[in-house]
Amino acid sequence: MSIESGTPEPLLVAEKLTKHFPIMGGFPFRRKVGAVQAVDGIDLTVHAGTSFGLVGESGCGKSTTGRLLTRLLEPTAGQITYRGRDITHADRKQLAPVRSEIQMIFQDPYSSLNPRQTVGTIISGPMEINGIRPPGGREARVRELLETVGLNPEHYNRFPHEFSGGQRQRIGVARALALEPRLIVADEPVSALDVSIQAQVVNLLQQLQRELGIAFLFIAHDLAVVRHFSQRVAVMYLGKIVEVGDRDSIYHRPRHPYTHALLSAVPDAAVVMADDSPAAHRERIRLAGDVPSPIAPPSGCRFRTRCWKAQDKCATEEPPLLRIEGNREGHLSACHFPEAPTTEARDQDIVLDPALS
Amino acid sequence: MTTPSQLTVAGKTAPAGEDGPGGQPAGLSPRQLMWRRFKRDRTGVISACVVLFFFAVAVLAPVISSLYGKDPYTTYGLDRPELLDPLTGYPMKPNGGIDGEFWFGIEPKLGRDVLTQLVYGIRTSLLIGLAATLLSTLTGIVIGVVAGYLGGRTDYFLGRLIDLLLSFPQQLFFVAFMPVVTALFVSPQKETPTYFRVTALVTVLWLLGWMQLARLLRGQVLSLREREFVEAAKVTGASPWRIVRKELLPNLGTPILVQSTLMLPNFVTTEAALSFLGVGVVEPTPDWGRMFAKGANFYEGDITYMFFPGIAMVIFVVAFNLLGDSVRDAMDPKTTR
Ligand SMILES: Nc1ncnc2c1ncn2[C@@H]1O[C@H](COP(=O)(O)OP(=O)(O)O)[C@@H](O)[C@H]1O
Ligand code: SF4
Ligand SMILES: [Mg+2]
Repeated sequence: MSIESGTPEPLLVAEKLTKHFPIMGGFPFRRKVGAVQAVDGIDLTVHAGTSFGLVGESGCGKSTTGRLLTRLLEPTAGQITYRGRDITHADRKQLAPVRSEIQMIFQDPYSSLNPRQTVGTIISGPMEINGIRPPGGREARVRELLETVGLNPEHYNRFPHEFSGGQRQRIGVARALALEPRLIVADEPVSALDVSIQAQVVNLLQQLQRELGIAFLFIAHDLAVVRHFSQRVAVMYLGKIVEVGDRDSIYHRPRHPYTHALLSAVPDAAVVMADDSPAAHRERIRLAGDVPSPIAPPSGCRFRTRCWKAQDKCATEEPPLLRIEGNREGHLSACHFPEAPTTEARDQDIVLDPALS
Repeated sequence: MTTPSQLTVAGKTAPAGEDGPGGQPAGLSPRQLMWRRFKRDRTGVISACVVLFFFAVAVLAPVISSLYGKDPYTTYGLDRPELLDPLTGYPMKPNGGIDGEFWFGIEPKLGRDVLTQLVYGIRTSLLIGLAATLLSTLTGIVIGVVAGYLGGRTDYFLGRLIDLLLSFPQQLFFVAFMPVVTALFVSPQKETPTYFRVTALVTVLWLLGWMQLARLLRGQVLSLREREFVEAAKVTGASPWRIVRKELLPNLGTPILVQSTLMLPNFVTTEAALSFLGVGVVEPTPDWGRMFAKGANFYEGDITYMFFPGIAMVIFVVAFNLLGDSVRDAMDPKTTR
């Protein structure tokens, strides 16, 4: 393990990071008529060699966050610092030295590989762009990388259409590794894969993290996948982080009602409860309805339209992300009326949507 | 496509070796697969041969002419009075004067050889068509890719320009515009040189011919640039130029190929129509379309003169369109993902 004891240096820091996509409309002149508040003022820190999980329902702004951090998107506001260097608005040339250190793995293995390029071209592309000449040549390095991610080096001249989804995702991982990055943003890397394949790919990533000391920002839409992987976990809802803390706090002492809801959705009870708590009694919460539109998010607490504890205060006052009473060090929750820090069964199941029960 | 057993195998370490999933022979590029499918399509292969034959005729026109021993300029009928009827000007022999010496007959009035005229006429028309196709394809690629990749304001203005040009009544525009272009550069008293007429024709065909392809490519680029492999290239620091060259263009090969195989016969027939209308290539340069125009004057007395250029044109256009269809069929959406 390359992670030393004590806190490793912060690698990537985002402060008040915001992304609003303008909505254009109007006639005859198109102008801005509104904004999708995809990401709205989030703070997060990824430490060197560690893994940070980012969890939330589909559409809550996780991919946008990932693309902001890899600077595929221009932030509307806020700041991104990589190893003390402000890269918030750096252009392509200024980013060049940092580029090779922050890489990304994409969600869709079918659209993330160019169908017209061989595996060799795909994986050696990053080295070519950055003028990296490994000793022994690029081809040898590509074969080595293929082996690292568990593929046959002989696949060098094959085309993506000859591979299955899991294999394609491994090719994507090899491409990300080609530049020997310090940080990989993995945007739901296993969501598109068959369940039987998911664990294998997660294991591969975990192994890379341990053996190569690469830091990960691991994005997922449920807490089950992140569980194995992340030292710290942030729960996101409608463009905001509602709860963040170390793995144990989030999985065993969650405070925010949304985190409780997400935890209860983890399909296999054993996954969450294995360690210490008596697994038999687990709360069941089903969230009613859909995530509200990020174009006009609810006032105050954004979760209030689906929260079973909501009161008047929740509509008027936005709950700050704080270390609230009963939280351990580094565990922050944004809720006026937090739940008890436990996942034990309640008196009765909270089932908000009768159609779902 | 992917069966559970393949998936389980696929996830483990690398045994997917010898034969790729889906039973495809291993190690073939999407392009090679396309070529295989094309070779199996008999219509496509035959039309490709026909098209190649026409190009060979055009390229080898001087060779054909010298082997055959005639040229398209000599007025054989005037030199040898026994070939043409002195009263009507039509060939003396039946069927337009076809015999062992003049295989496709001779032209009424002037008595020039039809075969060499047709061969050289095809050469002229194909040259013009090919030049216009190359220029239009290049322009279409540049404008389509720029509009699609840059988006925003650039895309908006290029889109309006395309709309504007597409809304022109093209044939009318050609007829009206050709004399104007010519008059612009050559004084009306002087003879317009042939190379200039050809250049003007190519220019006009080109200016009004690139929009379809540009619009098609713009749409393709618009969807391609959202694909994650483009983002992957950006994350590794690729320049926009490299992304266009290495990521986008290789994926546009098929639409470009299909569109230009449809464009070429279009240009050839348009050029023929213009020469037919008298604004294209003029005497004495042999031209496919102008042979029709002449044939229309003579068809009552000598239908044969119209027959050969007409049949050749029909075969050419049909073969080219069938070829375009086969190329399109050969691109299987499964491998273009
Ligand atoms: N390029 C874009 N333009 C406009 N809206 C966008 C764009 N990308 C994402 N969004 C919107 O931002 C919100 C968050 O999207 P995303 O980050 O993809 O969510 P997630 O990855 O958590 O599912 C969604 O409502 C989505 O519609
Ligand atoms: S602040 Fe209010 S609405 Fe929001 S999660 Fe807490 S209790 Fe629910
Ligand atoms: Mg997403």
